[in-house]
Amino acid sequence: MSVQIWTYVLVGITFALYIGIAIWSRAASTKEFYVAGGGVSPLANGMATAADWMSAASFISMAGIIAFDGYDGAVYLMGWTGGYVLLALLLAPYLRKFGKFTVPDFIGDRYYSKTARSVAVFCALLVSFTYVAGQMRGVGIVFSRFLEVDINTGVLIGMIIVLFYAVLGGMKGITYTQVAQYCVLIFAFMVPAIFISIQMTGNPIPQLGFGDTVADGSGTYLLDKLDGLSTELGFSEYTDGSKSMLDVFTITLALMVGTAGLPHVIVRFFTVKRVRDARKSAGYALLLIAILYTTAPAVAVFAKTNLIESVHNKQYKEVPLWFKNWEDTELLGWVDKNEDGKIQYTKGHAVIGNKNKPIFDGDQRGEYGERIITNVNASTKNELFVDRDIMVLANPEIANLPNWVIALVAAGGLAAALSTAAGLLLVISSSVSHDLIKKMIKPDISEKGELVAARISAVAAVCVAGYFGINPPGFVAAVVALAFGLAAASFFPAIVLGIFYKRMNKEGAIAGMIIGILCMLLYMIKYKLGWFDNVLPSSDEWWFGISPEGFGAVAMFINFIVSLIVCQFTSKPPKEVQEIVENIRIPSNVGKSMNH
Amino acid sequence: MMSEQRKKAKAYWKENVKYLSVLLVIWFFVSYGAGILFKDALNEIRLGGFKLGFWFAQQGSIYVFVILIFVYVRLMNKLDKKYGYDKDETDLKK
Repeated sequence: MSVQIWTYVLVGITFALYIGIAIWSRAASTKEFYVAGGGVSPLANGMATAADWMSAASFISMAGIIAFDGYDGAVYLMGWTGGYVLLALLLAPYLRKFGKFTVPDFIGDRYYSKTARSVAVFCALLVSFTYVAGQMRGVGIVFSRFLEVDINTGVLIGMIIVLFYAVLGGMKGITYTQVAQYCVLIFAFMVPAIFISIQMTGNPIPQLGFGDTVADGSGTYLLDKLDGLSTELGFSEYTDGSKSMLDVFTITLALMVGTAGLPHVIVRFFTVKRVRDARKSAGYALLLIAILYTTAPAVAVFAKTNLIESVHNKQYKEVPLWFKNWEDTELLGWVDKNEDGKIQYTKGHAVIGNKNKPIFDGDQRGEYGERIITNVNASTKNELFVDRDIMVLANPEIANLPNWVIALVAAGGLAAALSTAAGLLLVISSSVSHDLIKKMIKPDISEKGELVAARISAVAAVCVAGYFGINPPGFVAAVVALAFGLAAASFFPAIVLGIFYKRMNKEGAIAGMIIGILCMLLYMIKYKLGWFDNVLPSSDEWWFGISPEGFGAVAMFINFIVSLIVCQFTSKPPKEVQEIVENIRIPSNVGKSMNH
Repeated sequence: MMSEQRKKAKAYWKENVKYLSVLLVIWFFVSYGAGILFKDALNEIRLGGFKLGFWFAQQGSIYVFVILIFVYVRLMNKLDKKYGYDKDETDLKK
């Protein structure tokens, strides 16, 4: 069977499965809609959290980013896993004991203030919307690449599927679909990785394989070979990075703390039954995430080595078919700068302008049948453009794996994008129906009314997300990575201080959140979006060489310091609030605190 | 009666904070220490095909993170039992 048919079959089966689960697990009460009734088992919640967490970016882009950044890719690997340690030790158990529905619920009650709640709602919506727009786009891209529909149709199909199970099932539906999606995506990621690991090193475990010797019997270690190839082509050694140590440090910290502060991750720990289940399910979640996150750097090494070996200094006429297929999707491009008919891959961008992506001259073909690129960068010798996403998407083809494996990658990418989008949409809809309508605008709304409001806001959120997926504003892609910085700068300090520092009061927390998120927004607007200047300021102007991605760590410290200082000069929190803090520190009697 | 409960709660909290401080120190050392600050020194040591600093940054730290959480889960389950916080009212009803 062809790749195309396999893809339709596998994607069709998985979609039918998701819809089936949605019908089976409809939500009947607000508690089921917001937190799946609070009775999900730790393992199921761990799987759902893992699927929620691993987005299209983790599945498709991460291995590619690591392949091109080498050591520096570690910021994502450590940053997106280390946050779970913070979650399990500092946040999840206490928030579970507190036992409400949303993060603004906690901020609002702990800081006995509507202002604090509104600031939290604003931050939650800002973080979730920037994040979800990227996911819908991801769904569209996967559809368009594998099923040959256009991106917009892909976004629409994705919207309908998510709408179906998020609106019908709420958190309950989402949780059980995410369990299924985790299984699909991890299987889809591991199968090609294991195949390729065996091919290249003879070791079936990718995590060990990339530290093993190359299978050609020469006894060289794969990583040494790649280091050698990289320096030969003018890149820095693969196992050595090019970012400054301070930048690596701050980005890792911002991603870790941001992970622990993301509302759609935190809210997952409201769904388990007891405090000890919350700790345990954070452990399961990280274990299940670690399977993909420890495989990704192996995939990166395999793919990079494979790529260099199969194209560098090869005649264009003789390159394998996959090269030409991906050229058709504009993710690969070649321009024969020295006119020898061979592909030279070296340091520097092959093309110039257009965000370093090639502009193809329609379907015009050059001397050797290659597609003609119009924005050639004459100042470098590099002739090859490679989109980073190709490392996961084309890897099975590069390694000559069977068609069903290639189709599996499509189903896995869709599972990853859909599960994350659904989780985020739920946070948005509960922020609107619970935090805004029930807690602030119309407190006397009935449970039934709130459930209707929750469903309507889920529909509205899907439509807005779909709109941004179809018409992505230029800044979305840039901002998604910064959603972590925003979460780190706003929620993390407020929640941690709320639990660990009884004296923390509303003035301190509100001032900290507002100043923290403002610092982050300003730095981001100045150095990432460039809205203050006519041109984007260069990286030489960054404060202490800290990139906008890493600035979240700085903004978090600013938040902590401002909160602590302001709190010293203002009045103590009331007695009841201090009792709330004492109560959430004790794990027993969760049932009691759920009666609200 | 209240003060007895208070004392117990305070002692429990103190032990909890002690556990998590130790675990967070380890968390910091494997990731920021071994994976970033001392990476170059550790890269002199090899583990099969891996340079050790690189291995910590892309593999080792993640394994340690997983272990840390499960160690915390065990420690806390024991601590809950010691202080009698392991039973919920909902459990007792059953």
